[in-house]
Amino acid sequence: MEIIVCIKQVPDTADIKIDPKTNTLIREGVPSIINPFDTYAIEEGVRLKEKYQGKVTVISMGPPQVEDALREAISLGVDEGVLLSDRAFAGADTLATSYTLAEGIKKIGKFDLIICGKQAMDGDTAQVGPGIAEKLNIPHVTYVKKIEEIKDDYVQVERLMEEGYEVIRMPLPALITVVKEINEPRMPSLKGKLKAKNAQIITWSAKDLEAEEDRIGLQGSPTQVIKIFTPQPRGKGETIEGTPPEQAAKLVEKLRETKIV
Amino acid sequence: MEYFLTEEQVMIRDLARKIAEEKIAPKAQELDEKGEFPWEIIKVLAQSDLFRVFLPEEYGGLGGGVFELCLVTEELSRACSGVAVSYAASALGAFPILLYGTEEQKKKYLSDIASGKKLTAFAITEPEAGSDAGAIQTTAVKDGDHYVLNGTKCFITNGGEAEIYTIIAMTDKKKGARGASALIVEKGTEGFTFGKEEDKMGIRASATRELVFSDCKVPKENLIGKEGGGFIVAMKTFDSSRPGIGAQAVGIAQGALDRAIDYARERVQFGHPISSFQGIQHMLADMATQIEAARALVYAVARMVDKGCKDIARPSAMSKLFASDMAMKVTTDAVQIFGGYGYMKEYPVEKMMRDAKITQIYEGTNQIQRNIIALALIKEAAKRRKKK
Repeated sequence: MEIIVCIKQVPDTADIKIDPKTNTLIREGVPSIINPFDTYAIEEGVRLKEKYQGKVTVISMGPPQVEDALREAISLGVDEGVLLSDRAFAGADTLATSYTLAEGIKKIGKFDLIICGKQAMDGDTAQVGPGIAEKLNIPHVTYVKKIEEIKDDYVQVERLMEEGYEVIRMPLPALITVVKEINEPRMPSLKGKLKAKNAQIITWSAKDLEAEEDRIGLQGSPTQVIKIFTPQPRGKGETIEGTPPEQAAKLVEKLRETKIV
Repeated sequence: MEYFLTEEQVMIRDLARKIAEEKIAPKAQELDEKGEFPWEIIKVLAQSDLFRVFLPEEYGGLGGGVFELCLVTEELSRACSGVAVSYAASALGAFPILLYGTEEQKKKYLSDIASGKKLTAFAITEPEAGSDAGAIQTTAVKDGDHYVLNGTKCFITNGGEAEIYTIIAMTDKKKGARGASALIVEKGTEGFTFGKEEDKMGIRASATRELVFSDCKVPKENLIGKEGGGFIVAMKTFDSSRPGIGAQAVGIAQGALDRAIDYARERVQFGHPISSFQGIQHMLADMATQIEAARALVYAVARMVDKGCKDIARPSAMSKLFASDMAMKVTTDAVQIFGGYGYMKEYPVEKMMRDAKITQIYEGTNQIQRNIIALALIKEAAKRRKKK
């Protein structure tokens, strides 16, 4: 089984600072880590390899220091790391990132399953996973909390919903994004760390990918961030109690009070 | 302090620290309260290759030794000494095989110890034979191609949980200490059962249990070293393992100091954080200095053991003695800095004080350590005199 895990390196803080002028993340002086949601993707990939044999390749797009994140993934049991790094990739939005990663995956070649974290901790968009699937023209399921079974030609997963979950079967090759309920990521091993230290990280540029210039980096990014803000928390709701007829009466009264009806 | 660790040693220490902080510290209080063996954490340690650090590469280890064992034990002890001793006891049980085992014994047992698949335990203490190890009553009588074991061992760390036991029993009672032999006994051997589980003051996550041998037949291939060489095996094992107890003590003390500093900075009395008072500051300074002195001694001795230095008994005893007495003092001071809160189970330092106590007692009481040191001093002086 050939598995590809997509990861992102993010600043190690839940307290993200935004440059008010450019509306982009301030990365200076903040140590970098693997996006926490992606650690579940790595773990699931490694577990599948341990169960079904095969190979796990981890891929990421970013500046050269992302190599550290790829090495960390190798220390956790991943076989190989691919870094897509080029100044031309800089400033990519989710569309350009999806395109670039999809081109990288095409260059890797054969795969059965692509696993992504549900979203990045810094951007919170949750768009890149599904974006890659679209670019590769393969099916995808988001928010997977369990892989029930994998056969030669399909995968059956449980997709987390607000209440309960859906069971979905889709043909392979496919892409899933995973939630933290899917597993508990392991600690790195010393043997893995030694392997990671000496591992050769494959680095591909825009030229290596033969990527279309107007689909990568800032040029390929139609998204414009106007403003980033934390929404006001929603106020506490009011529960109307009583028998259904009483509740209905109270509700109508409230609606009249607030002049909604 | 700079201890000039190699890149690999830094990797080992950092991984042990990460596991201690993320996996052990959050559970330490619960483990202490329930006195449950921390299998889940032991599995994490195994999967992270930490049992490999003190064993040679040819047996599935990573080629380190006592120094690497000390690095890991210290880091684990900062979070929970009960977990740390369960880990370190596996090294203690492995040392007799590593030091005196045959090639077959090493091949058979060490790779499973390295992978963490099997834990080990070392058993010498008996109800009537503690510091006076010569009073051992457990017998191993040769019968054809077997030894038949009878007797009871007590206070055995990892007892019941370990798969491989290295035990000291009398093969010839008449010869006293020279009639003792070391043997490997596997869990599940007929006639080998487990007795009383101890309810301890500290290191409560670790298992401490009686081993009961009743006509237990062990193949003669399980003899470690020579018949009658059991005490040498035990003493050399302790020479290698005592720096590990020192490292455990250093870790406990460091954990207590870390928490005392945090608390002193937060706790406000008379309108100021208590860390601004010189009385507290001097306590913290003394604690840190004592810890560093103990750490330097432990590291130096661990490196001597790994280099194969001769006459290691004295420095090894010193590292255990100094570090454990230091840990008792530092943890007591940490409780003092926490004041009334320090005495309460809700805060972590009283556990550390309870945990520290055992380091003055096991693997030879500190009185025995002083005997060893003094004996070496006197012997050396006598030797010098002779030469003159």
